[in-house]
Amino acid sequence: MTFPHRHLLGIDGLSPQDIGLLLDRAEQAIAISRQPNKKRDTLRGRTLINMFFETSTRTQSSFEIAGKRLGADVMNMSVASSAVSKGETLIDTAITLNAMRPDLLVVRHQAAGAASLLAQKLQDCAVINAGDGAHEHPTQALLDALTVRQRKGSLQGLIVTICGDILHSRVARSNIILLSAMGARVRLVAPSTLLPAAVDRFGVEIYRDLLDGLKDADVVMMLRLQRERMNGGFVPSVREFFRYYGLDVDKLSHAKPDALVMHPGPMNRGVEIDSAVADGAQSVIRDQVEMGVAVRMAALETLAETLPTGTA
Amino acid sequence: MTSGKRFASPQARLEATPRPLFIHSGRTVDPANDRDEPGGVFVRDGHIVASGGAVRPEDTPSDAEVIDAGGAMIAPGLVDMQVFVGEPGAEHRETLQTASLAAAAGGITTIAVMPDTDPVIDDPAIVDFVLRRARDTSIVHVRPIAALTRGLEGREMSEIGLLQEAGAVAFGHGRKAVASSRVMRRALTYAGDFDALIVHHVEDADLAAHGVMNEGETATRLGLPGLPSAAETIMLDRDLRLVALASARYHAAALSCGDSVDAIRFAKRARLPVTCGVPIANLTLNELDIGPYRTFFKLSPPLRTEDDRQALVEALRDSTIDVIVSNHDPQDVDTKRQPFADAADGAIGLETLLSAALRLYHSDGVSLLRLIDALSTKPANLLGLECGTLAPGAPADLLLCDLDMPWVVDADALSSRSKNTAFETARLSGRVIRTIVAGRTVYDYGSG
Repeated sequence: MTFPHRHLLGIDGLSPQDIGLLLDRAEQAIAISRQPNKKRDTLRGRTLINMFFETSTRTQSSFEIAGKRLGADVMNMSVASSAVSKGETLIDTAITLNAMRPDLLVVRHQAAGAASLLAQKLQDCAVINAGDGAHEHPTQALLDALTVRQRKGSLQGLIVTICGDILHSRVARSNIILLSAMGARVRLVAPSTLLPAAVDRFGVEIYRDLLDGLKDADVVMMLRLQRERMNGGFVPSVREFFRYYGLDVDKLSHAKPDALVMHPGPMNRGVEIDSAVADGAQSVIRDQVEMGVAVRMAALETLAETLPTGTA
Repeated sequence: MTSGKRFASPQARLEATPRPLFIHSGRTVDPANDRDEPGGVFVRDGHIVASGGAVRPEDTPSDAEVIDAGGAMIAPGLVDMQVFVGEPGAEHRETLQTASLAAAAGGITTIAVMPDTDPVIDDPAIVDFVLRRARDTSIVHVRPIAALTRGLEGREMSEIGLLQEAGAVAFGHGRKAVASSRVMRRALTYAGDFDALIVHHVEDADLAAHGVMNEGETATRLGLPGLPSAAETIMLDRDLRLVALASARYHAAALSCGDSVDAIRFAKRARLPVTCGVPIANLTLNELDIGPYRTFFKLSPPLRTEDDRQALVEALRDSTIDVIVSNHDPQDVDTKRQPFADAADGAIGLETLLSAALRLYHSDGVSLLRLIDALSTKPANLLGLECGTLAPGAPADLLLCDLDMPWVVDADALSSRSKNTAFETARLSGRVIRTIVAGRTVYDYGSG
């Protein structure tokens, strides 16, 4: 079976088969990264541009490593030093990029829809959305799914509780869509100020009480709450937020004994997650980072095959 | 196909008095007299002499130019109360001249231009400038709406009396609302002394915050910040309370949701001097048209749900909504070819106004009389203009429209300088075939 999309702009629009295909390929890629010789030549001759309009250490280096392990030439475009900060529009950036003839573009941008806008304007280049505003972050959802699948075998029928700032989270949106598509039951736990409008239409169960939301959960995904949103804007204070929505050992005991604890990072220890949980036996946060490289290798490889002169 | 469009020159009106015009064999729609009948219009010296069933082909005067309407609708020219033009200050988007061409091609014979230009229309000299530029370059009538507060800053009221004397037909606040209730109350009270009309864009900017489209499921799916309809109704409710304390005529410029028209319905029952308008886009499109982040559908007020659209259509039918506006807002590539949240609001709409409105006649059961009332008669009355009727003695501002002519909108063929239409590739039924201003044909669409 082949992947029927030219770009990876979001989980929305992918079939369970598409998702399964990417996860299967990512599973194979895990082995590559665990060998002394991690280099493959699948993407030899291909140019991968990482374009991050928002700073990111984790995601950007993950894509860089994934590209290099597959033999691509990887270039990181730092936006602080680029023309974008001098007022160049995204479309002008796309035109400039076209002339450089990249084969793969990984883009993160603060505006929802930015990756799809670039995908429309670029020729013969596959675009991977590494986060667009509060819209989607598909490789994060895929790496989360892979992490869970490695531990639990399958996503079917699992209860997954996502807790924290759902409103501003592209990770939550991508995860909700992916998990629902793969047959998991998704629960959301958040203060109402951090829930998006009409989120009940996404086929999720909504809890205001974390303990209720954790009952019988197989997986607990904690989301990052940005500092500027903690001081009376969306929640009154850090300590009040931690009291009701922060995950500690005691609260975690309400989930299944073998429940996995996940976090897309970077963590605010003591805000949404207690260190004892983040570093505890149930935490798979470090696995997530490893799965991130594997998923990105799979995505790059899969999209490269759909390129016009691809080496299918 | 631009080849079919022909325009008069702005200088034509300086020439000698035009020949009398005898238009027969049409369908005259005249809401001012509640008449929709087979007939024609006879025009002499720029004014209507006779209209309706009384104008029969066999009565053609020998000195007149004769037009066989061939069954087309003959209606008073449209009066568009909400037109953003780039002159002065942003002529690269639209000039009074290019706006007038687009208006003429849409059967619009009077455009009321908004005050948020650069400089702002807040001084009698700038009103005068706009009127003179219009006289020299425009082929339709241009009527300025002056700023209600100096510099549109929402702090000090502008010279309402002097601006009115200079030719301002109403007082507005452009794209944003007057945030201060105190300033708004005083302006409403003072404007009452001059019987001035206040046209207000109702949106609580603080609640709207960074919202870029209607708040709800669609915005959540797109990951875009939502703009709740309460931002509109809160400001409208405030204004209606203030109107009850003051005496001015108040017009909510552009409503977008069912709750707002409910508030207007209630205020009208309480006999407040309140009217309202709604943009044609909000009557014919909904938030789902945004699809994959199409910025030409990023509008202010935003497109809302289909339920809201239907509530607006119902309110148009029962005359709760007085006026339909184009909300014509030219934007160029720089401001529109952006990620959705970063793109400017607005779409052009002059040339497609009537054709889009005819969707409501063809598909939503709104009568032609009500449509022309909302597009011509009511706005003319509100702005204190003599046009908007086919009554003898009225100015001969007219349009002829083939109600069933199908066409597909091609942005490049539109006359506006900017091409940001929300109706690109839309299939529309009904097209303006002739526009007449003060008895002269300023536009005709050749079917050949």
